[in-house]
Amino acid sequence: MLSEKDPNHWRSAVKYSPFYNKIKEHDYVNEWHRWQEYTTATVLEDTTIEYFAIRNSASIFDITPMSKYRIKGPDALEFMNRLLPRDMTKIRVGRVAYTVWCDDEGMVIDDGTVFRIAEDEYLLCAQERQMEILRRNAVGFDISYSEVTDEIAAISFQGPVTCKILKNMGFKDVETMKMFDVRFFDFPGGEIMISRSGYTGDLGYEIWTKNDQAEPLWDAIYEGGKDYAIRPIGGDALEIARVEAGLIAAHVDFSPANETVRAGHAKSPYELGLGWLVKLDKGVAFNGRRALKKEKENGSRYRFVKLDVEGNKPAHNAYLFDKENGKNIGHVSSAAWAPSAKTNVGLGFVDMPYGEVGDEIWAEIYYQKELKWIKRWAKCTVVKDPAWSPPRKTLTPPEDF
Amino acid sequence: MTNTSNKSYDVIIVGGGHNGLVCAAYLAKAGKKVVVLEAQKQVGGAAVTSELSYGKKVSSCAHFLNQLNTIVSKDLNLTSHGLKLSASNISTIALHADGDHMHLTKNSVKGGGISESDAANYKKFMDLMHEYAGTLGFLIDLPPMDIFNLDWDDKVAAMKLGWKMRFGLGAEKMSEFLRMVGMNIRDVLDDEFDNEHLKGALSFDAVLGTHTGPYSPGNFLNFLYRIASGNNGAVDIPEGGMGAVTEAMSKAAIANGAEVRVGARVKSINVDNCAVIGVTLEDGEQLSAGIVASNANMKTTVYDMVGPRHFEADFVKRIGDIRMRGAAAKLHIALKELPEFTGLSKQDLKNRLVIAPTQNQVERAFNHVKYGEVSTSPMMEISIPSVVDSSLAENGHVLSATVQYAPYELKGGWTDQAKADFLEVCINRIAEFAPNIRDHIEHAEIITPKDLEDRFGLVGGNWHHGELTLDQMLMLRPVPEASRYALPLDGMYICGAGAHPGGGVMGAAGRNAAQAILKGDA
Repeated sequence: MLSEKDPNHWRSAVKYSPFYNKIKEHDYVNEWHRWQEYTTATVLEDTTIEYFAIRNSASIFDITPMSKYRIKGPDALEFMNRLLPRDMTKIRVGRVAYTVWCDDEGMVIDDGTVFRIAEDEYLLCAQERQMEILRRNAVGFDISYSEVTDEIAAISFQGPVTCKILKNMGFKDVETMKMFDVRFFDFPGGEIMISRSGYTGDLGYEIWTKNDQAEPLWDAIYEGGKDYAIRPIGGDALEIARVEAGLIAAHVDFSPANETVRAGHAKSPYELGLGWLVKLDKGVAFNGRRALKKEKENGSRYRFVKLDVEGNKPAHNAYLFDKENGKNIGHVSSAAWAPSAKTNVGLGFVDMPYGEVGDEIWAEIYYQKELKWIKRWAKCTVVKDPAWSPPRKTLTPPEDF
Repeated sequence: MTNTSNKSYDVIIVGGGHNGLVCAAYLAKAGKKVVVLEAQKQVGGAAVTSELSYGKKVSSCAHFLNQLNTIVSKDLNLTSHGLKLSASNISTIALHADGDHMHLTKNSVKGGGISESDAANYKKFMDLMHEYAGTLGFLIDLPPMDIFNLDWDDKVAAMKLGWKMRFGLGAEKMSEFLRMVGMNIRDVLDDEFDNEHLKGALSFDAVLGTHTGPYSPGNFLNFLYRIASGNNGAVDIPEGGMGAVTEAMSKAAIANGAEVRVGARVKSINVDNCAVIGVTLEDGEQLSAGIVASNANMKTTVYDMVGPRHFEADFVKRIGDIRMRGAAAKLHIALKELPEFTGLSKQDLKNRLVIAPTQNQVERAFNHVKYGEVSTSPMMEISIPSVVDSSLAENGHVLSATVQYAPYELKGGWTDQAKADFLEVCINRIAEFAPNIRDHIEHAEIITPKDLEDRFGLVGGNWHHGELTLDQMLMLRPVPEASRYALPLDGMYICGAGAHPGGGVMGAAGRNAAQAILKGDA
């Protein structure tokens, strides 16, 4: 592994995850891309097969490149409660919370997960780098914060048989973990952290270890799951799963507010369909509170919509219209044919007041057939629930196989 | 909050500096129940008169009255509350080592080897400056426009500004104004004049109280601001020193029904459920009010009194980023008798004496401060108020000087030795023009920018509570989110120099803040 201790580290701006060598063993097609500094698999063998590992057996996706921060100190709760719009007093030790965080204008900087490790300690996990955000938020709080991205190796372990495999590995009572629980388990080399969380809308766990535990963990998973068709996956398979589950992504569905310079190009939690995360009346001057209060009173500019799109052509980057050849009212930000739900899913944004659940709107879809562009009008229905949200996602204990 | 005392007010004003007192007077006049809480034993903030040595008093920080807002003065009837001038509309005398000094008034210049053409240009130039000041001056008395959400008053002000610029000034002067407004003073003066001595003296007015030298970008605006922000460019000396001005303001506030408490240091401004509920004093006493207006420094207010956690993070960051570097020290000398200044009569000494021989010398003096050093040959603005006001010195005289430049953070720190050394530098500098001054010195003190912070709460030693530069003026002062005096915290306002239109003993910020509070701006 190339590290900063390596005298030649400057020759390359690429980092290799502690799981890299293990993943590389499964690589047939050499499709990789850069995620933050890390090299990450796009596809290892075949996107469809990898996708079905998420839905039908067990998939391993390396999330080491996620930006990870440790926040610790007597004011940790107050700090998080000011940083985040959620009521963090409700997140007890041993729980994870999905959340967004905003700038003063109520625009979303990023979304991620917050792990309450101890009364006075949190782990914050995000897609984008957050050091500057933490730095400005820390003023006046008795906390310390540090980036631990390179110190914690992590995988997302998703699929219907993952609980069974963890049980086989000897993690006692893992099946009693509820959605968003986080627990520590004994493992050679020190405790490892397991949370019941993920980005697939399915049963799954995320496992957090020290770097030198990464390979032993990998081997242990393969040992515990040797009869369960485990498969490491690339980012393309995960992308299908997250769109099917109706989950948003930074830089795809929203532009992080701290990197967005054009007026009106950032979005608020309400506009991302995440109003449920915002607790205006929690009595804390959390970032964006005043702006979000105003937005709540005066109305939002955009509405996040989940679409059931007619036909089987994914509505990638499609404009949305109030009727066929009608007025442009928005666009699709993420689209995929959902293989398990067997629907054509679109996620996107329309101007208010369009796009209430049940409304019909139209997408102008462009696609290629042997390099020739074809346009098709597709009727879309605004739906309330994600295309994929099986009971097993939250069922506790999960099914035994 | 627990244990709120029964003392309840409509508005609590934190800090009894001149703006706090003015704000209180206006609010009390409008029927509000107001209390001003001043930490020191006397009101006035940085506009105070205090004892220098036995029987001698001096204005401790500000020492000339040249920007007092005429509306404030009239509305509060300060004259009837005891404000008197011991001299008004005094001249500036630019000192020259050879004794041929230059005498400057609002529109005339004599002596110092001035040529006829420079003298004529001076009148033309100053007339133009006063015309600019007349065009822009009204902005001082208004809250800055909210350009994102113009209300009716903003629209009127914008139209007035446009009208005054285009039809008051006329196209030619407006275009000349737009050419000049972003320039540095050195380029402006080099365009206009030949006489280095004149340019030195004028450039000093642009850099006074700033962290700039004549070559620094944008400080022509400071020169203009000095004229536009109050007394029409006239310099007065208040009887009894600057403390008498704030004393009159305090009396006006009390006469209107406000309560003024001294020795009442506010420890914290209290917040409950995202709204202000009152204050706690250092001795533990609690006072409640739905509105608190802080006349303290912005950083002190946000970081120390309210606490960063009661504001959103970007706002806290921006407050922390406000530039407030002071580079001026204050020199006070108690004199047994009046020293002789070569080439000046006793009567001349009531005027404003300036040591700023050439622009290059001012710039060189500034160079030091950039690297944490004091000027080895500093520039000065000197007042000997006892010439016209015997109440300041029972016998003998007091000299007060603003000295540039001295850094806030001196390399090696402001030790007693460093202060003594700098005091020597300053006295030697005056002795170049008044050779016998040492014979008359009873006592002398230097107040460094660090001392200004410690004594008057001027963070960074900057007497404007935030440098007055284009990026920290008008709707950008102190930061855009607080430019209309209301902070992004329900019930919390600012009323001091940190807000528009800035420092200098004007009272305009206090008046504007009172109006914002009465209007219910948030």
